[in-house]
Amino acid sequence: MTVKSKTTPIGRLRRAPENFVTQQFADEVYEHGLNETRRGFLRKSFVTALGATAAGSAIAADGEKAILEKQTWQTTLGQPVAANPYGMPSKWEAPLQRRESPGLTRVSAASVAFAPLQGFFGIITPNGLHFERHHQGWYDIDPAQHRLMVNGLVKQQKVFTMDDLMRLPSVSRIHFVECGANTGLEWGNVAVPSVQYTHGMLSCCEFTGVPLSVLLDMCGADLKKGKYILAEGGDGSGMTRTIPMDLALKDVLVVWGMNGEMLRPENGYPLRLLVPGVQGVSSVKWLRRIEVGDMPYAAKDEAVHYIDLMPSGLHRQYTTIQECKSVITTPSGGQQLLDKGFYNISGMAWSGRGKIKHVDVSVDGGNNWRRARLETPVLSKAITRFNLDWVWDGSPGILMSRATDETGYVQPMIKQLREVRGTRSIYHNNAIQAWKLDTNGELSNVQVG
Amino acid sequence: MFKLANLTKTLVLAGLALGLTAEGIAQSKYTGVGREATKAEVAAWDIDVRPDFKGLPAGSGNTLRGQEVWEGRCASCHGTFGESNEVFTPIVGGTTKEDMKTGRVASLLSDKQPQRTTLMKVATVSTLWDYIYRAMPWNAPRTLTPDDTYAVLGYILAMAEIVPDDFTLSDKNIAEVQKLMPNRNGMTQAHGMWTERGTPDVKATACMSNCTKHVAIGSTLPDYARNAHENLALQNRPFGPYRGVDTTKPPVSKLPGKGMMTVSAVAAEVLSPDALFKKNNCATCHAPASHAIGPSIAQVAAKYKGQADAVKKMSAKVKAGGAGVWGAIPMPPHAHVSDADIEVMVKWMLSGK
Repeated sequence: MTVKSKTTPIGRLRRAPENFVTQQFADEVYEHGLNETRRGFLRKSFVTALGATAAGSAIAADGEKAILEKQTWQTTLGQPVAANPYGMPSKWEAPLQRRESPGLTRVSAASVAFAPLQGFFGIITPNGLHFERHHQGWYDIDPAQHRLMVNGLVKQQKVFTMDDLMRLPSVSRIHFVECGANTGLEWGNVAVPSVQYTHGMLSCCEFTGVPLSVLLDMCGADLKKGKYILAEGGDGSGMTRTIPMDLALKDVLVVWGMNGEMLRPENGYPLRLLVPGVQGVSSVKWLRRIEVGDMPYAAKDEAVHYIDLMPSGLHRQYTTIQECKSVITTPSGGQQLLDKGFYNISGMAWSGRGKIKHVDVSVDGGNNWRRARLETPVLSKAITRFNLDWVWDGSPGILMSRATDETGYVQPMIKQLREVRGTRSIYHNNAIQAWKLDTNGELSNVQVG
Repeated sequence: MFKLANLTKTLVLAGLALGLTAEGIAQSKYTGVGREATKAEVAAWDIDVRPDFKGLPAGSGNTLRGQEVWEGRCASCHGTFGESNEVFTPIVGGTTKEDMKTGRVASLLSDKQPQRTTLMKVATVSTLWDYIYRAMPWNAPRTLTPDDTYAVLGYILAMAEIVPDDFTLSDKNIAEVQKLMPNRNGMTQAHGMWTERGTPDVKATACMSNCTKHVAIGSTLPDYARNAHENLALQNRPFGPYRGVDTTKPPVSKLPGKGMMTVSAVAAEVLSPDALFKKNNCATCHAPASHAIGPSIAQVAAKYKGQADAVKKMSAKVKAGGAGVWGAIPMPPHAHVSDADIEVMVKWMLSGK
């Protein structure tokens, strides 16, 4: 088989045989570009390689088995409708699962399962992969037995069934839920290998429910004295959280729907609170009670946990807003680039104070930055997807993303956070994440500065 | 003045009336939704106890009773002296008599204390009462009486040497105990993270080029931790622009190249016989009991009953197809179905299920 440019039909693409030039030559071309000598060498190698391939394996020269041979799925009958009555992901997607971080907690009923951000697209978290955090295990509560009570500083203390609540006018909004401890493992040093464990206590869904303000209005809440609400869960932990009234009236929802289906049991079925922009623990699951009160409640998770130890020895209490943050999810720690060339750097950005304004990406450890494309929709207190074109030349690098929100707040470096808050915090680490890229294509978790 | 006061009064009344009207509208707008909670219902659920002790039920318990409760229901997780770190972080430790005077835990200023215990952190004794009563014991929450809760909380406080060994804690004296809490002055709400309008404490700038002279890596993942979360190759999609790193092996020495395949993460599918039957479209022609396009499962089972080589014979038929036995419509060949799957389904059919 010979290749003559004159006789090759126009428009016909011929795939280059693999490894037809040496790595050294390839590096030389990457480094210095093609000149006449190198071009000639390239031509000669290509022809030689094609000849060798043709002699060695007819199939390789003609094309790929995947195209040339008929496949089972072309030649036999596929599965009937409703073979999976409630659909499941392809079995090939099995690697992407919620996972625990070994050693994080001693008991799985009071633990976290991290969402596999490294495999996500867009901004919506699939329901089966929304991260889980339980304090005393989860139950699949019978919706017919579930009740919501509103009491405290209200004209009429009321009880609602699921039937009641779902009769009310509902709204659907896309918001992120992030645990206050997300990225907390990294306050001191790099501790975990992949974005699933550094940032996987994060999810974003379309939630459907009734605004809490509607229920407070129905009960005649005393908005003069009632400056706070207490939200309480119906599980064994009876999770309780204080929420300031202005926030409660603004965009807090009493939620039953998640991405078009009912909440999953692991996410609070049949009813949860959603407090947009605020650490996930306030979005109380299995919500059973709302109390209107005139002072904060200092419940366990706002008096012992979710408090930030400052260098002065003082704890900051009620630190709840999730500040502007972003992370590159692909490529990210624990991933392997196969080859040089074009890639799409992609990640997520979000802010508890509103919309994302822009995201900058650096591939050289923060020395130089390029502005990333923000994909639509860009929503308040929701994940925004960003993308950046990138041609990797094979040299080592450090990939970072830095988000700015509509208030002008710029995501800080870990060093800047530590300068103010010290190193002993657990919660609210919104530092810029860095992924080191080696010449072998492997990415690993590092901290810069 | 008089007129002005009257006017104000009128305005206030008008405002009240408006408020009532607005509420009236809200209530009538959603007619029939929800009902008034009974007193007993509110009492059953409204169990929270605030820092001003609103919600605290009357009762008391001494440390002797507290020790009994502790040893029977708490010590297995929290240790005999509340010091255990086996299941949860320790409750007791790291506080001093001096802390009780100042209301600030001195050991929070350094890292000398290996663990930040509950009593080092908690500022309000109400928090402990509320949490023990609502959520403890961990595996049997809400099974302690108010008196037992007083007793066991008193015992914890005695272990921390905040109250004497023979103390009786009650709703009457708990406010006095609050004055002894070692970290009662250790909380601040003066920060910008309570509401979305709060001022952030860190102010970064968005430099775009030549931002740093020297990029210093401060921390990297230790080698031993590379595989501590199991093989990352099995936690990534086995196709697309990136693979998961095979963390069971040392890093690859050079770029793997296009089309690299990693360890397959997909375990063999294990389906029940009836699921296999449906998956392979057998159910399209064969119903359980009645003749459809082909014979029913029951008919097939009856025909082959007692035949020693039934599985072999039928399997061959499924594989190759057949015609003329059960009617005019031939059974197509099923060469693509694995022998193992066919055997599972044939055995299941022959069992007559």
